[in-house]
Amino acid sequence: MGLRSYIIMRILLTIPTLLLLLSMVFVIMRILPGDPVALHFEKKADPETMEAMRRVLGLDKPLWEQYINYLWGLVDVGYFLEHGYPSLGKSMQTFEEVGGQIFSAFPATLELAIYSMVIASVMGILLGVISSKSYNSLLDHLIRGSGIVTYAVPVFFLGIIFQLIFGVYLGWLPTGQRIDPNISPPATITGLYTIDSLLEGNLSKFFESLKALILPSLTLGIILSGIFVRLTRTNMLETLRLDFVTAAKARGLKESTVTYGYALRNAFLPILTMMGLQFAMLLSGAILTETTFSWPGLGRYMYQRISFRDYTAIQGAVVMFGLFVTLVSLVVDILYAYFDPRIRL
Amino acid sequence: MSKAENKRRILGPLIPGLTSLAKKGPSGWMVIIGTIIVLALVIMTTIGPWTTPHDPIKYHGPIRTPPSPQFPMGTNHLGQDMLSRILCGGSIMLQVSALSVIVCFLVGVPLGLFSSYVGGIFDRIVSLVIDAIYAFPGLVIAIAVAAMLGTGVVNMALSIAVVYIPSYFRIVRSQVLTIKELTYIEAARATGARWHTILFRYIFPNVIPSIAVVASINFADAVLTAAGLTFIGLGVTVDVPDWGLDLTSGRALIASGAWWVIAFPGLMIILLALGFTLVGDGLSELLNPKLQR
Repeated sequence: MGLRSYIIMRILLTIPTLLLLLSMVFVIMRILPGDPVALHFEKKADPETMEAMRRVLGLDKPLWEQYINYLWGLVDVGYFLEHGYPSLGKSMQTFEEVGGQIFSAFPATLELAIYSMVIASVMGILLGVISSKSYNSLLDHLIRGSGIVTYAVPVFFLGIIFQLIFGVYLGWLPTGQRIDPNISPPATITGLYTIDSLLEGNLSKFFESLKALILPSLTLGIILSGIFVRLTRTNMLETLRLDFVTAAKARGLKESTVTYGYALRNAFLPILTMMGLQFAMLLSGAILTETTFSWPGLGRYMYQRISFRDYTAIQGAVVMFGLFVTLVSLVVDILYAYFDPRIRL
Repeated sequence: MSKAENKRRILGPLIPGLTSLAKKGPSGWMVIIGTIIVLALVIMTTIGPWTTPHDPIKYHGPIRTPPSPQFPMGTNHLGQDMLSRILCGGSIMLQVSALSVIVCFLVGVPLGLFSSYVGGIFDRIVSLVIDAIYAFPGLVIAIAVAAMLGTGVVNMALSIAVVYIPSYFRIVRSQVLTIKELTYIEAARATGARWHTILFRYIFPNVIPSIAVVASINFADAVLTAAGLTFIGLGVTVDVPDWGLDLTSGRALIASGAWWVIAFPGLMIILLALGFTLVGDGLSELLNPKLQR
């Protein structure tokens, strides 16, 4: 199978997965509790108010019609082109379109996710390589041990400790927000502050937004790096034993060339798959990290909506997280097929 | 074969006794240390209410006092004694994680056994649904379910269970797929054994070791997810001593620099999760040295 037909098939296979995922969210958010409106008011409102809200939100319609509307809102291209975001219903708190709120919060999550993933993979791969090169030494045990410990650390605890040390005691780094509130954020092009400020040619804004990113992305990155250390180490240990590595060494190639140019390159594919799988875990961590650092992304949006019992908004955020994860796993699978043609067989 | 002997044969690789565990090298020691940590914390929490120097809920005077002889772990923003809150603060977390592991086990294992034994369209559909849950960010599902169910120990446990049922299902299913093709199962079928006898008497014992690994990792994850749910505001909300709740309220005190209201509950959560992780990792390496999570 050629790469192109593999990609088409993989995209087609995504459709049933998405449909299942969306239905699951619908079941959890609309059918399980019975009535989100009654929950929202904690049964303290009079029936007329609740009825009025149901009518405004379209929750008075029969369930099957709500389900169709819910799915249609996500594929309605006309609506998307007109507003710039899909129709995800109205918020129970502000009666604004949830889609708009979510799309404006999303870039913050994306930026945090990208930087954290870079930190996690670079740190994890480097430590993993060092660990495998010094197999069974004290250093190896220390690195492995720290990997196990980081798995047990709640991400928000690490965040709070960082805030305490680098923000409160030392005063080096900001402990919240994407940019100093006294500085106006860069004009929105991609929504990623570090990129937008560069496109604007404003270096001071770039450094300000980078400074704000350090603590949150380091927090999330460190927590996630453990799994990369473990995976890199096992894969490198296997690869370093292979004949072609010995042959490369025998030819007198430099140690670092053999390690990074030969062995790591071969151990890289499973690590790439792991990056895709870890993305879901990264997003779970992002919710807590955003809440800790007042980072105005999707996770913090969800956190704030929970306290208002704004179920339509929570549902929108859950759907968005689901779409994001599905998209990432699609991209990772295609990349994998590109690097390893055997997958396409 | 006597019943005790049978039990030993099945659980042999799982609980080979402390001495032989220690002989198995680092992985054995991981299991031992992890078990000791968990047991110590369980005992500490259970006898907590009788050992606290102060009433953990009462306000004892000065707020945010740093650790001192009178209050060895300081006091929080309400003037409650942190040491007393630490001593009995594991109770909710332990209840939630134990309950969620039980629910996961009761749903995930039979579903996995049945689904892969029956096979066919039923297995296809169940696997599809389970995989969809598995691919989703765990905390997002837990939050969605917890937001709908409301707060409280049972609801928290249920929302965490939804996230981890797939791990049990998947491990059981993959193992049964190979086991059910073995000759002794064919022999059992030939002698006219009924399907539930085959499933629960002949197949189930062989998957127990893998379930033990999943369950201990599940315990660690449940502790962390429970802490996360509490942090988001979906855990316990009333003022009971709870490490997660203390850490959450400690977050508001960062600017004051009161490290003790944050550090102690946080370290307790890490210790508990670490205990379970050590048991899980150690067991997994003992049972399958090549398989490393």
